[in-house]
Amino acid sequence: MEFKFEGRLKTASMVLMVIGVIALVGGFITDSSDHHQRWWANLLVNGFFYFAIALGALFFYALQYAAEVGWSAYIKRFFEAMYAYIPYGAAVILIVLLAGQFHAHHLYHWMDHTLYHEFMVVGSDGATTYSDTKEAGAVLNPNYDHIIANKSAYLGGWFFWLRTIVYIATFVIFARLFRKWSLQEDEVGGTKIHFMMYRRSALFLVFFAVFSSTLSWDWLMSIDTHWFSTLYGWYVFSGMWVGCMIFALVSLLYLRTKGYFQELNDSHVHDLAKWMFAISMLWAYLWFSQFMLIWYSNIPEEVTYFTQRIFTDYKVPFFIMFFINFAVPFYVMIARDAKRNPRFILPVAFLIFVGHFVDTYLLVIPGTMFDHNEFGFMEVGMFLGFLGLFVYVTFNALSKAPLIAKNHPFLQESQELHH
Amino acid sequence: MSKKVFHVMFDDEEKLMHSAEGLVEKGIKVKDVYSPFPIHGLDPIIGVKRTRLAIASFMYASTGTALALLGMWYFMISDWPMNIGGKPSFSLIENLPAFIPVTFEFSVLCGAHGMAITYLLRNGTLPGVPASNPDPRTTDDKFVMEITTDENHSMSSEDIEALVRDTDMIELSIKDYE
Repeated sequence: MEFKFEGRLKTASMVLMVIGVIALVGGFITDSSDHHQRWWANLLVNGFFYFAIALGALFFYALQYAAEVGWSAYIKRFFEAMYAYIPYGAAVILIVLLAGQFHAHHLYHWMDHTLYHEFMVVGSDGATTYSDTKEAGAVLNPNYDHIIANKSAYLGGWFFWLRTIVYIATFVIFARLFRKWSLQEDEVGGTKIHFMMYRRSALFLVFFAVFSSTLSWDWLMSIDTHWFSTLYGWYVFSGMWVGCMIFALVSLLYLRTKGYFQELNDSHVHDLAKWMFAISMLWAYLWFSQFMLIWYSNIPEEVTYFTQRIFTDYKVPFFIMFFINFAVPFYVMIARDAKRNPRFILPVAFLIFVGHFVDTYLLVIPGTMFDHNEFGFMEVGMFLGFLGLFVYVTFNALSKAPLIAKNHPFLQESQELHH
Repeated sequence: MSKKVFHVMFDDEEKLMHSAEGLVEKGIKVKDVYSPFPIHGLDPIIGVKRTRLAIASFMYASTGTALALLGMWYFMISDWPMNIGGKPSFSLIENLPAFIPVTFEFSVLCGAHGMAITYLLRNGTLPGVPASNPDPRTTDDKFVMEITTDENHSMSSEDIEALVRDTDMIELSIKDYE
């Protein structure tokens, strides 16, 4: 059985994309902040948020193979469709990074290379040259930032770009290979391809374990350049994972009502909802672990991140976001019956999907917009526009292959899932 | 008429499930099944009510949360106010983050222990309590279905025996009890 991407879903995703384009163009024109900072910051938020969901899907997919999971074999094509978005999301992030490198915006303070040199020489023609040693006629560089200068090897030069390229290349290559092998298995059958994917998934998880941490340092944590947290990577990673589970669960429930995935039973829904519930708790646990340790030790260099979010106007969304993403799934989804009932699942899923968007928003915005931030149509429109793009890419990829991987060795186990 | 209890033994849980389905269709009430491990899908067939252990566990854990917060408020803030590097600073709500790890652990402790003890009490399997399973082999590789005449008034014990002997069982023991 193949999925046909048409009708209201396709129209809706198109409409969302049109809203997104209007928000992008209109937002860029009306954005009065310096260097269109607000526009670029929102592009990064949306680029990363949806990229992270697709990356979460790739991770979850590899996890299913590496752990030899049976129950998810029936729905694995949906995760393949989700990670088809990775190149698009990566492209948005690359545009933002490249624009930063060419100083079109100032999201990443460390991209300003005048910060790295202690001295400068102002020539007679007004041109300034920077140097690390005190040459004749040199004066102290007022822009010099010794904390950032100490990070120059990691952030300042080619190493940052090498990492960025390697992350994206690794994800795109693994995503393409998994998809290719999966489609091959449909035709060839047997267990040879399955065991090859089992080994390759384990290999991918090794890369992912490192890259998921370091990419969140590079692309998000470096916004707050003076600050660092070793927990940050896991915290961002848990956010991407829960975003992926929410999107998969809601979409599969939707597809079931439209006559696809008819063998998706309450036990599958229960398992997916358990993931959504459990990873919400993991996210809350990591959020709180990071917060509590910094709050308790109260060291000036560590608290900057939180003072920017708590002693400012971001305080209300910051704590409401945490409360919603933790308490709502905890108290609503804790019961077994709630995890099997779309009437409980859907409201919680929609709420925490927005909640996790706000989480990503608050990773980027306080360090880029400081206290000049505004929230308006541009933010909402871009969120909806990228949602439309994500839905379009995902469901378009879903329509390109049979919905059921018919030669997956665990398919029967998955179809008969019952607990 | 003396009351009788039937212990029907099976050597495979699938056979037991199918036999139970057949017996229930013919109107027999199966009282219980003794098995060395949980048999998925059996509960709805023999009509076992959903366990309320999870609800009990939630209440134990909530009690733990409340007790932990009350205790720490009393020890650290009310009875002997403590100031450790400025935290806690004589206010429960301002120092809540510092109390969360202990509250969490105590909730888990109360939830887990409460659940385990409730389970043992409810099943009568506390340490030292005599075993109530009809045959020691049900702790190894055999499965026993228990049917009582007490719960099956509409049938004579001969009818039940005939139906039971018709299944895939390997052994049957019939005992009188009061």
